[in-house]
Amino acid sequence: MTQIVAKTGNEAMAEAMRQINPDVVAAYPITPATEIVMIFSQFVADGLVDTEFVAVESEHSAMSATLAASAAGARAMTGTSSQGLCLMYEMLPIVSALRLPIVMPEVNRAISGPINIHCDHSDTMAARDFGWIHIFSENTQEAYDNMLQAVRIAEHPDVKLPAMVTTDGFIISHCLEKIEIQDDATVKDFVGKFVPSTNLLDLNNPVTIGALDLQNFYFEHKRQVAEAMKKAKPVILEIGKEFGKKFGREYGFFEKYRLDDAEFAVVCLGSTAGSAKAVVDDLRDKGKKAGLLKIRVFRPFPEEEIAQALQNIKAVAVIDRSDGFAATGGPVFSEVRSALYDKKKKPVVVDYIAGLGGREITLAHIQEIFSETEKIASGQSPKEYVQYKGVR
Amino acid sequence: MATLKELSQREDRLTGGHRMCPGCGAPIIVRQVLMAVKGPVIVSCATGCLEVSTTIFPFSAWKTPFIHSAFENSAATMSGVEAAYTSLKRQGKLKEEIKFIAFGGDGGTYDIGFQSLSGAMERGHDMLYVCYDNEAYMNTSIQRSSATPRGASTTTEPAGKVRQGKRMSRKDLTECMVAHNIPYAAQSVCGDWRDLTRKVEKAMSIKGPKFINVLQPCQLGWGYPMEKTVEMGKLAIDTCFWNLYEVENGKYTISYRPKEKRPLVDFLKPQARFRHLFKPENKALLEELQAEVDRNWELLQKKAECFKP
Repeated sequence: MTQIVAKTGNEAMAEAMRQINPDVVAAYPITPATEIVMIFSQFVADGLVDTEFVAVESEHSAMSATLAASAAGARAMTGTSSQGLCLMYEMLPIVSALRLPIVMPEVNRAISGPINIHCDHSDTMAARDFGWIHIFSENTQEAYDNMLQAVRIAEHPDVKLPAMVTTDGFIISHCLEKIEIQDDATVKDFVGKFVPSTNLLDLNNPVTIGALDLQNFYFEHKRQVAEAMKKAKPVILEIGKEFGKKFGREYGFFEKYRLDDAEFAVVCLGSTAGSAKAVVDDLRDKGKKAGLLKIRVFRPFPEEEIAQALQNIKAVAVIDRSDGFAATGGPVFSEVRSALYDKKKKPVVVDYIAGLGGREITLAHIQEIFSETEKIASGQSPKEYVQYKGVR
Repeated sequence: MATLKELSQREDRLTGGHRMCPGCGAPIIVRQVLMAVKGPVIVSCATGCLEVSTTIFPFSAWKTPFIHSAFENSAATMSGVEAAYTSLKRQGKLKEEIKFIAFGGDGGTYDIGFQSLSGAMERGHDMLYVCYDNEAYMNTSIQRSSATPRGASTTTEPAGKVRQGKRMSRKDLTECMVAHNIPYAAQSVCGDWRDLTRKVEKAMSIKGPKFINVLQPCQLGWGYPMEKTVEMGKLAIDTCFWNLYEVENGKYTISYRPKEKRPLVDFLKPQARFRHLFKPENKALLEELQAEVDRNWELLQKKAECFKP
C-alpha cells in the first residue's frame, strides 16, 4: 500500500532509513543534512527502529564507526554533507577496499573555502574516485527511491561496494514535495536481509580486517574494486527495473528527456534537471529539437550508454555544478566528452560551470545555455569550450 | 588474579612470527593483555608499529578477530564494533559474550587519535582502550609525540647545538582519561606482568569505558640494548619517571611504591635519546627534570592520600 505524503528531501531520506531499519547508524550533524540525523534519532528514541545509534564526535569517527559496524556484520549507515564528507575522505576508500556495503545519504553542499552552506556538487565530486557508487536525485521522490535501491545495489553479492545517494542541499533537502511512500512491509521485503560476507563477530572464523597490503597484493585488491564497480552496472539496471515493477517508477543510469530526436541537449545532474525539463518543454513547444540527459548514476560512470545516447546529437552542453579549476572543465564534462571520443559521429560538447555555492541556476540561465548550444548545433563554433554561467 | 601457571596454559592470541623489532615491548604488552582476558575478545588497532608488523597480507599474527582501518580511529572503530554487537545482541541475532579491546600507540592515542578516544570514552562504550606508550612515533622513525618526555631527542625535535631535545613536558593522558569520569583508568608498564594482568582483569570486570596506559620501552627509539626492555620498564617505575596507579570511579590507588626511589638519571643514562643531557652545560636541565618527577610523584601520593579509608 502506498501513501501520498508531503516531505522534504531530508525527511524522505530519514523515512527511507527508518524503513531500511539499519542495525547501526553512526552520524554527526552538518547543515544541510542535520535533519536526517535528527529525525532518525527521534525514531531511535521512540523505539521505531532496532538501530544502535552512535552520536559520534566527528564525521571521521562517524565513517570509522560505520565501517567497523559493517565489518562486524551489521547493516550500517551514516549521513553527511560537504565538510563532513571532506573529513570522511580518508575513510571512504578504506570502506570500498574492504568491500563494505554502507549506504550513505549525502546532501550536496559547497566545500569551504570560503565557507558556504548551499548547494553545489564539489563535495561528492572530489570523492568520485574513492570506489563508492554515486547516485544523484532530482527531487524528493527520487531521493527516497534511490535510498531503497542503494541498499540492494551495495549489498548485492556481485557488488559489495558502498553507495552514496545525494540530494541538492536546501533545494531538495529542505523543499517540501508531494511524494509516494511505500508501506513498511513492502519496503522490508524489497530491501531484504543483510547477509555479511565478512563478519568480525564470527568467533568460529576469526578474521583479520584491514591488513597491511604491499606491492604484491595491493594492486590486485584495487583492481577488484574496479571490477566490482563494473559489475554494479547490470545490478543497478536490474534493481531499477524491479523497483519499477514493484513501485511503478523504473530507474536506469540516466533519464533521457525528449532526447531521442534532439539536435541539441543539456546534460546535468540533480535538481537542475527539473528546471531543464521545463526549458526543454518550452523549446519543444516552439518547434525546437531540444533534449535533456539527466545523469542519475555517476559512479559507476555509464560511459558507453551515455555515448550512445548522445552520439547522434549535434551539440551538447554539460552543466557542471563543481569546478575543476583549470582541469578539462568540470568533472561531468570531462567524462562525458571523453566517453564520446571514440564515436565516429559525435556532438560538439561544451561545458558550463554553474551554481557554485548555491548560486541559483535560473530558467533564464538554462535558456541561454540551450540557445547557445542550438547555435553550435547549427554550425557555429563555440566561443569557448568551458564557460561559467551566472557568475559576475 | 590468574597465576603464572594459569596464564601459561591460556592460548596465545598474538602468535610469534610477526615482524616487530627484537626486544620490542609492544607484543609483550599485547600478549599479556589478551592473556588476561577470559573468553572471546575482539581487537582493534591504530595504524602503527604493532599493526603493520602483525598483519602483512596474506599473513596475520592475530588469532582473535582483528580490525584496523586508519591511524586516528582505533577508539571510533571499536565504538562501531561494540555498537554492532549491542544492536545484534538486542535483536537476538547474537548470543555470545564478547569483550572489546582497542590498541593504539602514543601517536595514535595522545595525538592524532585523541579526539576519537575522548569521544568513545565519553559515549560510554563497553570497551578497554590500551595505549602502548613508547613516547614517540617509532613506526616512522622516532618523531616526537605529546607523550615524548622533556629533554628526549627525537627526529623532529632533536638535540642540537642550541636545542636540548624536546622543550615541553609530556601530556598527562591518563589524567585526561580520569577527567572523562570513566569507571576505570590506570597506568601500567611493560615487564610487570602481575600489575598488567591484574589491571586488565579488573578492567574487564567493569562494564563501560576503561583505559590503561602502558609504558613501553622501545630499544630502537630510546636507544638501549635490545635485551634490556623489561629492565628499562623497571627503571622507569623505580625512579618514578612512570608511576603505576589506578583510578576507579575517581578513587586513586597507587599500585607500586619503590622501596627506595632511585634518581632519575638511573633511568636516563642507559638511553641514547637522553645522552646530550649529560653534558656539563645541561646540569640545570637534568635537575629540572628530576624536580618534575618529584613533583608528579608527590602529587600522585597526595591524590591517593585523599582516598585513604
